[in-house]
Amino acid sequence: MQCEDVARALPALDDEVIDVEIEDHVATCLRCQAELARYRRMLRGLHELRTRYLEPAPGLLPQTLAALEAAGERSAVRSLLTGRRLAYAGAGVALAAGAAAVLLARARRRAGFPAAA
Amino acid sequence: MGTEDSASLDLGDLVAAAQAGDRRAFDEIVRRTYVDVYTLAVRLTSNEEDARDVVQDAYLRAWRAIGRFRGDAQFSTWMHRITANVAYTHLGKRRRRRTEPLDDVEPAETRPEALPERAAETSELLVDLSDALAELPPKLRAVVVLKDVYGLPHDAIAEELGISVAAAKVRLHRGRQKLQASLFQSRGGTAHAV
Repeated sequence: MQCEDVARALPALDDEVIDVEIEDHVATCLRCQAELARYRRMLRGLHELRTRYLEPAPGLLPQTLAALEAAGERSAVRSLLTGRRLAYAGAGVALAAGAAAVLLARARRRAGFPAAA
Repeated sequence: MGTEDSASLDLGDLVAAAQAGDRRAFDEIVRRTYVDVYTLAVRLTSNEEDARDVVQDAYLRAWRAIGRFRGDAQFSTWMHRITANVAYTHLGKRRRRRTEPLDDVEPAETRPEALPERAAETSELLVDLSDALAELPPKLRAVVVLKDVYGLPHDAIAEELGISVAAAKVRLHRGRQKLQASLFQSRGGTAHAV
């Protein structure tokens, strides 16, 4: 294994896991030892960024809560409208069925059939 | 549930209350977690304005989906995945627009270091790292941030970014390569062995 092979393999390494061939080469190569140390330091630094919080502008929290509130209201209005639409549709179907039953009964009477019970 | 009641509950209880439809409980979750979500959004977008939009969209999406949160992952991990997904979609929509440097984004409170010299060196490295991350192409940056900063597994990253696990691994490899080159070049090529 050459130094270039180690350089190519480094970005695939996670944490302390290291290939035996790389380990053997690194053990005898000062340049690669330095490369590996820098690489591990970079990974540790990235991991440390996890706890480095960035301060948001003061307006972000109220804006986010307001957006949630507005979305909740929109959703409530939508569900109300959907409910009303369903109620109107149901009433329409009931009216149509009633009208059909009345017409059918009249037609039967005219034809001389006894009215249905 | 009132605001005062919500404030005394732990996050798990708040999540359960929000799943039962309690909006006040969800508001309290937002209060407790929005700095973390915002930080991830800035790291993914490299832009404060975009990050604010991403935070709002992420919480809207989380509220709609809170019933599907199973609790087998941490809530923070679940929020990170939603944020990553929203940020990636957002960046896709705004790809043609500019990216601004992070000059006005300053780290807030951080963990104190035991040794002042080491703390200074670490701080310098972290500033360089943040700058180098911001310079990465968004596709590579997303994978490096989610894997190396937030510790998400490859399959979760692939799912949220809409790519294959193999593609996520390739992007991570390329991202780390570029980051390493940019980082140690900007530090004058000096090896900082620890």
